[in-house]
Amino acid sequence: MAKGKVTFNEDICKGCGLCTTVCPVKILALDKTKINAKGYHPASVTDPEKCIGCANCATICPDVVITVERF
Amino acid sequence: MTIVFEKTKGLTDVQTHYCPGCTHGIVHRLVGEVLVELGVLDKAIGVAPVGCSVFAYNYFNCDMQQAAHGRAPAVATGIKRVHPDNFVFTYQGDGDLASIGTAEIVHAAHRGEKISTIFINNAIYGMTGGQMAPTTLIGQKATTAPLGRTEEHSGRPIKVSEMLATIHGAAFVERVAVNNPANIRKAKKAIKECFQIQLEGKGFGIVEVLSTCPTNWGLTAPEAMKWLEENMMPYYPLGNYRRPEEVE
Repeated sequence: MAKGKVTFNEDICKGCGLCTTVCPVKILALDKTKINAKGYHPASVTDPEKCIGCANCATICPDVVITVERF
Repeated sequence: MTIVFEKTKGLTDVQTHYCPGCTHGIVHRLVGEVLVELGVLDKAIGVAPVGCSVFAYNYFNCDMQQAAHGRAPAVATGIKRVHPDNFVFTYQGDGDLASIGTAEIVHAAHRGEKISTIFINNAIYGMTGGQMAPTTLIGQKATTAPLGRTEEHSGRPIKVSEMLATIHGAAFVERVAVNNPANIRKAKKAIKECFQIQLEGKGFGIVEVLSTCPTNWGLTAPEAMKWLEENMMPYYPLGNYRRPEEVE
């Protein structure tokens, strides 16, 4: 059961990948199958069930793409 | 379900022009969050520099002014003296503050102006295309130092926090980094303490933030964070260099 939920505002993501490096449960990756409005591969969640809601990803995101909720 | 992280009201909805992975965005957010948490957003006046963050006036959700290159502390001095009840901060890069604006920052600190400065040190000139800055490390390549900076030619990189900590009027001097979530949280704490010192009328405060420039360093964003940790942090040690109690 997920303890947290991360929501990505995909169209403003610049695909820098910083969030993917700080996730303790390694559930973030750049989605290579998508291209967003800015022309980047946006970051996305691969396994939402594992999210612990630590907000590390949102803390390091330079573009405030991510909203974090905790249950 | 409770929201534990969302965009602060201290920032506007304008999307930044910064390159992917540029840490300006992180520091902007920290400043915006602190302005809201201290309840001073309505009376805050920021001064933007020349450099990549020249458009900061579009991103902070408070009154902003943009100064000539390096002159943000001088402009902020004027604003603060005319509006002593407002909260006044400058946001400057290393090309702005540590090079052309050295006189302004040294004398704003020397006069003990009751302003706060956020100083972004990424060891290079960003906007103009990766030229060597006074903060560029020995051996670091830049477009004006293609073989890397040498001490013989350009001296050793300037340590702004250590220098300002020798000045009596500087009430708060701290160096932080934004290379990982733990350090980002510490950076926010330092910015908050620095801003509080202005609100308490104790004098000049500055937070130097070790930052990255993935584009001009020629690295990816995650690689740049690693480079910062391995190369900048040993030369620019993190920590507090001055608090009001040491000023007496």
